[in-house]
Amino acid sequence: MIRSILLHSFVIAALVALEPVLSEYHHGNLARIMVLAVYATGYNLLFGYTGLLSLGHAMFFAAGMYGCALMIRLAEWSVGPAFVVGVICALIAGIVVGFLALRTIGVGFMIVTLMFAEAAYLTILYYNEYTRGDEGFTIAQSVRTIGGLDLSDTTTRYFAALTLFSICLIASAAVVQSKAGRVLVAIRENEDRVRMLGFDPFRYKLLALVLSAVMAGAAGAAYAVLFGYAGASFAAVQYSIFPLLWVLLGGPGTTLGPLLGTVLMFYLVDYASGTIMPGLAGMVETQFGIEAPGLASAYLLLVGVALVLLVLFAPRGLLGTVRARMIPWLP
Amino acid sequence: MDLISYLPFSLPHPALLAAGVLEGTVLAAVLALTALGLSIVFGIMRVVNVAHGEFYMLGAVLAWFITHTVSGTVGGPPWLGFGIALIVAPLVVASMAAATDWLVLKRLDYDPEATIVATIGILYIIQQLALTFYGPDARPVEAPFDFRVQTPWFGYSGYKLSVVGAAILLMLVVWLVLTRTKIGLIMRATQYDRETAQAFGIPVDKVYAGVFALGAGLAAIGAVLIVPIQQAHYLMGGDPLLLSFIVVILGGLGSLRGTLVAAIFIGLSDGIISTLYEPTLAKILATLLVAMVLVFRPQGLFGARAA
Repeated sequence: MIRSILLHSFVIAALVALEPVLSEYHHGNLARIMVLAVYATGYNLLFGYTGLLSLGHAMFFAAGMYGCALMIRLAEWSVGPAFVVGVICALIAGIVVGFLALRTIGVGFMIVTLMFAEAAYLTILYYNEYTRGDEGFTIAQSVRTIGGLDLSDTTTRYFAALTLFSICLIASAAVVQSKAGRVLVAIRENEDRVRMLGFDPFRYKLLALVLSAVMAGAAGAAYAVLFGYAGASFAAVQYSIFPLLWVLLGGPGTTLGPLLGTVLMFYLVDYASGTIMPGLAGMVETQFGIEAPGLASAYLLLVGVALVLLVLFAPRGLLGTVRARMIPWLP
Repeated sequence: MDLISYLPFSLPHPALLAAGVLEGTVLAAVLALTALGLSIVFGIMRVVNVAHGEFYMLGAVLAWFITHTVSGTVGGPPWLGFGIALIVAPLVVASMAAATDWLVLKRLDYDPEATIVATIGILYIIQQLALTFYGPDARPVEAPFDFRVQTPWFGYSGYKLSVVGAAILLMLVVWLVLTRTKIGLIMRATQYDRETAQAFGIPVDKVYAGVFALGAGLAAIGAVLIVPIQQAHYLMGGDPLLLSFIVVILGGLGSLRGTLVAAIFIGLSDGIISTLYEPTLAKILATLLVAMVLVFRPQGLFGARAA
């Protein structure tokens, strides 16, 4: 327990210490990565710990993003309350989807979540009068403030992302080390036996799904206010695959795996697009948001190769392998 | 077809409706072929092949390469290039699928969840390689022949009608092979009990590779047939994948008869709806319907029981 607290405090302290030394480029990247790692951390609660593989988490990310961004754009709410609305949207989506999708197991659960997410994506396109569809919309810099702090300022943005990430990391570590967290892992390992021991697996799975959806929604809402953009590409099926990939890479069922996976995949894609297609300055924007037609999406090749290799050769991911070989206490 | 926008919710003109039904029939025929491929793979191997749409796309892109080469460099007539494409493209796609099975799926021991993740990866690999080598443009393929069937109200492309005929013929062949031949018997034995089949000397590994190749090949044939009507594009696999999923799930996972009934139902309604009305709304309703079917009636709407 002490070791776990020390480890997580160390990671958060390291992220704080990095802030002044990072170049402006990496500064922006890391803020983005931390927001996306919140998404991955939520995904990991469901996939890594509970063993439920969702292919539709983009709908929760998008629920948070649009819940927040549309309140700012259409109702002209300020950032704080709009963020809360975004998280509540994801919470409601999580409860509704949970009650329906958790009636299925295995492959059925994967396809049901995929279909719900597809319906959500198409709904966003259908109401393009409000959502501006694929093109999306930006949120003006002037309204992106909270408590007098300008969220478009790089340092503020970094610390805002770090705050959110720290809350979710600590929450996730607390949950998985609690009694409920043990039940989640037990469900992953053998659901029937959990039922036999007198627990109701449905309640625990719903808890994991809703927590996971709330974190995804918080990440979506934070992305909208920190980077000032909301678009339908965040609801598309790729955005459900990304957290799966990040978690698989970092190590499913480890608290720090999602962050590690997100960092590595982000820089891998960044590096590959820099060397293979030099001079594409807009690559990172393309990777996480605005699509440039034609050339830009070849980075998905890397995503595909990584998925196949991980599933074939390293299903435990990096930290999962480290835990199995070297540090058995790793949370 | 611009006329439609002026009469959104009034009853469509009978000729327009007839055109919608015809378009729907063509779509239904190709969709049935593609969905049949997905259904066979799931039915026998219990593998949900998310990359199915990309095998379809590969078929179309290869058809473009072949017809383009034959008519462009050799100067052959359109029917020759198309004929070669109709045979070669599905064979190439099928052998790629067999290689995929051997390199990836077999090594995962056909674990249902792991194979879904792996086929998602394969989807991106095929799609992005197509983007790299074929490019982002949609390119047309000339129809092998060009005649119009005259009805009292409008002329209709003879090619489209022969697509329907070809699809029906192919499905008959697949059905006969599965139910009336030794190969079909072996496939069904493998589906029924993999280990017992192995114990009786059936080379299960080869059967699986063959089934996966057959499934991908059917998708590729569907794509070659459709490519003179719709152009070849590296992102064209998405729609047939989604529609095949819808068809296979509504029809009952693994039930071939259910797949056919659902393909005709979905193909026709998709054809009619997208000819006459807003397609996005129809897609939203269809995906929600599929989700609800899986939640409340996992055996499908039409199939009595999953085979």
